[in-house]
Amino acid sequence: MIIELGHYALVLALATVIIQSVLPLVGTIRNDRSLMAVAPAAALAGFLLVLFSFSVLTFAYVVSDFSVANVWENSHSLKPMIYKISGVWGNHEGSMLLWLLILVFFSALVSTFGSNLPERLRANVLAIQGLISTAFALFILLTSNPFIRLSPAPAEGQDLNPVLQDIGLAIHPPLLYLGYVGFSICFSFAIAALIEGRIDAAWARWVRPWTLAAWSFLTAGIAMGSYWAYYELGWGGWWFWDPVENASFIPWLAGTALLHSALVMEKREALKIWTVLLAILTFSMSLLGTFLVRSGVLTSVHAFATDPTRGVFILAILVFFIGGALSLFAFRAATLKAGGLFAPISREGALVLNNLILTTAAATVLTGTLYPLVLEALTGEKISVGPPFFNLTFGLLMLPLLLAVPFGPLLAWKRGDIFAAGQRLFAAVAVGLVVSAGVVYMHGGGPVLAYFGIAIGFYMIAGSVTDLALRAGIGKVKPNVAFRRLVGLPGSAFGTALAHTGVGVMVVGVIAVTAFETEHVVEMKPGMQVEAGGYTLTFDGMRRGQGPNYTEESGHFTVARGGVTVTDIWSSKRLYTARRMPTTEAGIRTFGLSQLYVSLGDAMADGGIVVRVWWKPMILCIWIGALIMMAGGVVSLCDRRLRVGAPQKARKLKPALEAAE
Amino acid sequence: MTRKQKRLAVIGGGVAFLVAAVLLVMFAFSQSIAYFYVPGDIAKANLSPGTRIRLGGLVENGTVKRGEGSTITFTVTDTLATVPVTYTGILPDLFREGQGVVAEGAFGMDGLFVADTVLAKHDETYMPKDVADRLKAQGVELSGKETIK
Repeated sequence: MIIELGHYALVLALATVIIQSVLPLVGTIRNDRSLMAVAPAAALAGFLLVLFSFSVLTFAYVVSDFSVANVWENSHSLKPMIYKISGVWGNHEGSMLLWLLILVFFSALVSTFGSNLPERLRANVLAIQGLISTAFALFILLTSNPFIRLSPAPAEGQDLNPVLQDIGLAIHPPLLYLGYVGFSICFSFAIAALIEGRIDAAWARWVRPWTLAAWSFLTAGIAMGSYWAYYELGWGGWWFWDPVENASFIPWLAGTALLHSALVMEKREALKIWTVLLAILTFSMSLLGTFLVRSGVLTSVHAFATDPTRGVFILAILVFFIGGALSLFAFRAATLKAGGLFAPISREGALVLNNLILTTAAATVLTGTLYPLVLEALTGEKISVGPPFFNLTFGLLMLPLLLAVPFGPLLAWKRGDIFAAGQRLFAAVAVGLVVSAGVVYMHGGGPVLAYFGIAIGFYMIAGSVTDLALRAGIGKVKPNVAFRRLVGLPGSAFGTALAHTGVGVMVVGVIAVTAFETEHVVEMKPGMQVEAGGYTLTFDGMRRGQGPNYTEESGHFTVARGGVTVTDIWSSKRLYTARRMPTTEAGIRTFGLSQLYVSLGDAMADGGIVVRVWWKPMILCIWIGALIMMAGGVVSLCDRRLRVGAPQKARKLKPALEAAE
Repeated sequence: MTRKQKRLAVIGGGVAFLVAAVLLVMFAFSQSIAYFYVPGDIAKANLSPGTRIRLGGLVENGTVKRGEGSTITFTVTDTLATVPVTYTGILPDLFREGQGVVAEGAFGMDGLFVADTVLAKHDETYMPKDVADRLKAQGVELSGKETIK
């Protein structure tokens, strides 16, 4: 009964979002305020209905109700509770419901916090959100209904794909979707601006926090997914340029560009048309990513859904929204007046360079991802575009951007002085070179390019610190004044510095792992030893174990340095009994920022086992860098400037607090 | 410089960057694309040693042999022809005789296929799409859990 209520709530939600998309639009055309006012209420109602529907599905998973086909296919009564819950979005139907839930959640946020938006803008934004919600609610109800019942109900479920039974995968999709879908708000704002034919700095101030929030979530989601693939798949890699990874990375690149161009628009009213286009393109890339992942056109690690009718439906959604948005853009872009002028060497110029490189990089990744699909569709030839393509093109394109990043914040708006900025960066360049020389001294060997890369990473970190130091006037004014100035700097200055530092930290990690990691594949018998990263691993033997829904064989390794035992590592192979599916549980030990990574292969007839041992120097920098970038986004989000009307709220809050006391 | 010249310089720089990016993409494509073959195509394809390809098919039953240390040899078949493959490293969890596989690598001078990457199907019923398509085209009946006996 409760399942049918959840199903019914989803149908009601469809009706609600249709109302949300039609009435406010009619309202803005007829200038009818009461019709426009329907939008926030409808958005809230839609959110509550989808939330209820999602909760019902979660409930079905929690109590293992195998009369629901979706639960039967993806759950098992013995599965730990957290994976029963994460199983809700570990499959096609459930993850689409999560997509919709997050979409209507963002609509609800706009209606809750958007009370100080211009009435017409808010009505239009919510109407576009409603339109997107309608498309996806229809998609779920018509092609991917999670509430279909089985009769008679099976006694036991088929279990969730074991590689998905992991804490990383419990968190990864919601974070990723918060990012992906968050860009829908930027899209809706862009369309609303085009409908109105009016756009100004206030618009950019509205769009920027949404972009920042979505971007921060997407950064965290991608980093989480990368870490999950690293430790769960047992291949020791952290990024595979897999089409599904690219599907989330392309919107990230476009979103990063949008973040920067919206800044120009807010501060200088320039790049208006470009920003609107970028907002449309970013969400289009999110939709394209959804299509790639959900239609099954790809054969990849993540492809756990294959059904052509779904593919055609999402393709239709894709064509409707991207095509519609771009046509509207073509008709209306001319009505948006261009804004402030600037010299090529200026903060604006630097941000244009950022946009040029990031969008080109996004286009390159997109080309590499789609080319095999297009070629096969046109000629039937089957090719694969592998990591070498992406490493070469993406790496070379990023190089000038990485070098330019510290210059950006040092250039003045309108007209900057690149030589003065260069002089101020002497210290940063020196830091990069000194650290790099230190690595050469300590480590030696390895490719020259790697030392260059490490120098760039530290130059970026030092460049960000330089920017903050210059703004605070450290060295020029008394320390206490400088400190006060530093504390008083706007959140966005810290956000910029943090985000750019994060990129630098990530560059260091990527370069160190790529150039200096060591890998040994050896057949080991108990008592044998292998060296990695200055540590000696001794294989002690195998042990059988039993988990709630799997059996495992684990190898035990003692880790010693200079003859002294430091720690030990368990590495195992599991067999999930419900699906008879084996997985590798790599043994990982962290030393500072570096890791030892041990993965088991096949057992030999003579009692030995193939073992793969990696030494991954500085690998944690990759994800720590991503987290710092995300923190930069969050800090920027806390900037007063972005909280329109913040002072009034503080005043209202005070009496309330006193009353509470 | 006048404003017009400045604008031209910016646009020129941008266009030059884009052209460079397009050339880079084309160069990278020419270097790193791997074509997909099944064993039946290999004889016709006339591949020179060292050309990277992806070889797809089924792991023939009874051909997986473990040699010295972690080197493994097996035969990939599409029922029409077979290609022997050597690979050093750890095979994916789901590598099994009679199941679909994609091996990426190149033929050596001795005509032996040396794989540096081996991808196996991802769950019990999965077969790499390329393999399934080619095998179907050659009339091999595929059911969910196909094995060639």
